[in-house]
Amino acid sequence: MRWLLLKDLQILRRSPLQAVLLVAYPVLIAVLVGFAISRSPTKPRVAFLNEVPSDARVSVGTTELPKIGVNDRICERVECVKVKSRAEAVGEVRSGDVLAALVLPSELVERINSLSTPAPSTPKVEVIVNEDDPVKARLVNDRIDALLTQANLTIARRIAAEGGKFLGLVLDGGHFEVLGQRIGILGLRRSAQVLDELRALVPEGRRRRSLERVVRFTDLARDNLGTAVPLLARLTQPIAVDKEVVNASTPPLETFAIAVAATLTLAFVTVLLVGGSLALEREENAYPRLVRGLVSRRALLGEKVLLGTIAGLAVTLLMLGALTPFVALHWSRLGLWLLAIAAGGAGLAAAGAALGAAARDVRAVSLLAFMVTLPVALLSLVPSGAVGPALYDAIRLIAALFPFKPALQAIGGALDPAGPSIAPALLHLAILAAAYALLARFALRRFASV
Amino acid sequence: MRASGLVKRYGSREALRGVDLKTEPGELVAVIGPNGAGKTTLLSILAGIVKADAGEVSVPGGEVGWVPQQAALYRRLTVEENLLLFARLEGNGDPRGAVEEMLELTALSERRGDVVARLSGGNQQRINIAIGLLARPAVLLLDEPSVGLDPRQRARLWEFVGGLSESRDTTVVFSTHDIQEAERYGRRLLVLADGEALFDGEPGELRDAVRREAPEAAERDFETAFVAFLQHRGH
Repeated sequence: MRWLLLKDLQILRRSPLQAVLLVAYPVLIAVLVGFAISRSPTKPRVAFLNEVPSDARVSVGTTELPKIGVNDRICERVECVKVKSRAEAVGEVRSGDVLAALVLPSELVERINSLSTPAPSTPKVEVIVNEDDPVKARLVNDRIDALLTQANLTIARRIAAEGGKFLGLVLDGGHFEVLGQRIGILGLRRSAQVLDELRALVPEGRRRRSLERVVRFTDLARDNLGTAVPLLARLTQPIAVDKEVVNASTPPLETFAIAVAATLTLAFVTVLLVGGSLALEREENAYPRLVRGLVSRRALLGEKVLLGTIAGLAVTLLMLGALTPFVALHWSRLGLWLLAIAAGGAGLAAAGAALGAAARDVRAVSLLAFMVTLPVALLSLVPSGAVGPALYDAIRLIAALFPFKPALQAIGGALDPAGPSIAPALLHLAILAAAYALLARFALRRFASV
Repeated sequence: MRASGLVKRYGSREALRGVDLKTEPGELVAVIGPNGAGKTTLLSILAGIVKADAGEVSVPGGEVGWVPQQAALYRRLTVEENLLLFARLEGNGDPRGAVEEMLELTALSERRGDVVARLSGGNQQRINIAIGLLARPAVLLLDEPSVGLDPRQRARLWEFVGGLSESRDTTVVFSTHDIQEAERYGRRLLVLADGEALFDGEPGELRDAVRREAPEAAERDFETAFVAFLQHRGH
């Protein structure tokens, strides 16, 4: 077997262009897919004009709220392109350099403050969108809506917090500053106590009954205002999210993207190399000579699977090594990586051997490898809920019949320190490797025809 | 080598119908016949690649070397790498020695470092045959070895093959559909047509049989006379 392995490596060395393509093309596809997964959805570029005076503050009653930091909050969520005028903002949108423009007019804070006056006016921000592309327009609308919802929520929280303080003052008493003067507030609780004390001093009669009515009112006001404070806080976010994670095996997005890229690389390298190498034995007319007592069919298949596993392991590790400067990879888990990649490589190599045994020549097997591997890989990435239940079940079945998904699960689990055990994926791969090897052995019978 | 009563069927078609063949050491036997006569099937059965439906093959002298019609070589490997690979796979105790011997035999020592794809068809066929000889077989089977070669390459190839039977006492059985080539290089001829053995003997005996059975074509060239002989036999 080692002489055949050596021969295949020599042939690979003699075909530098094919060898480079065999490695470079899958790595390129893998990196692109990984990049697309990890970068989506990206921050849209938005032109931003803030005309609000820097000293303007939202106020509640006579109290000015602390600075909210609108610029920072908005620019956290979108890629801000700061502009100096509305005309410049419109120009940026029209040229397509930005997806939209957001203009905060100078009177925005003034209008917000008017909400607590007898003559309120509606605060408005201006959004300029170029809707030549419906997909782009939807993305921008969603982002702007989310931004405004977030801004409204932030302001509402601040107002609720300040309002709560005022209510607390009315309820419990205390001090507050007006025009530099410190004013003491008795508060409803203390008022009730004072009135209670006075009631004992007032003789029975009309005045006492009036006083008792005032006491009852203060009690009622105290009790109801007591519930108003938490109610006010609740108004800003009446519905809370109680998130329960039911599938804890999902790795972080970045790890998942790396696992996808690594598995794609592994899949293409092994399937193409093993399938092509096996078909080459036939193309070179060497197969009948080999199996005529020199090598058993089983040994020949074993050699091809070993070749694919070694090459896949080397290229995948190379790719992970190249990614190390850009992403945090846990090299301390190298042992698990090797196990997962080797098992995935063996499963995929066995599938490649089955394709190679079924095809008549190297070109046919290359085409077949792409036609099978790419759709199966993409199907394996379809998340649950993205399609109807029946279609998803069909996709799951197809994905389970090809070694890509279990290889992805094994490599993902090996890369993620908080990931699940890779044992089930390894078992799945072992079963598929055996099944495909059997299929390849059966298909090799056709090779014998001379 | 002795083969007796070989029968092979592909579905309803009988490719071989009870063919017998016996060879002596150092003999050069040509199996001739038109396309579809059963030549490749016979050699494949003798080589052990295809199983006969009936009949027996025995090779008391040792192993059978088989050289397929199309060169079974790795075109991206050099001459030396091809020979070394197959010598190792044969389990040869001295693979490098065997390679040197074959390079000398094929007179391709100077081209040992050339990749096979750069060799002429004739030289590729020489390497193809040399690989068949690596196991030092008692019998060497060549399936249409001269197909696709120009006359000069063909002449050199037959010189090489003739040398094998003389110098190494190797029995060579080759198939061809070229009657003149068979008559020129074969010391014994086995004529097959539609899976049936029509003649087994020396070239001179075949000429006699042709004259006897197709006298109307006896004065014309041997190929025309041979075709008339086949037609006379109902093929």
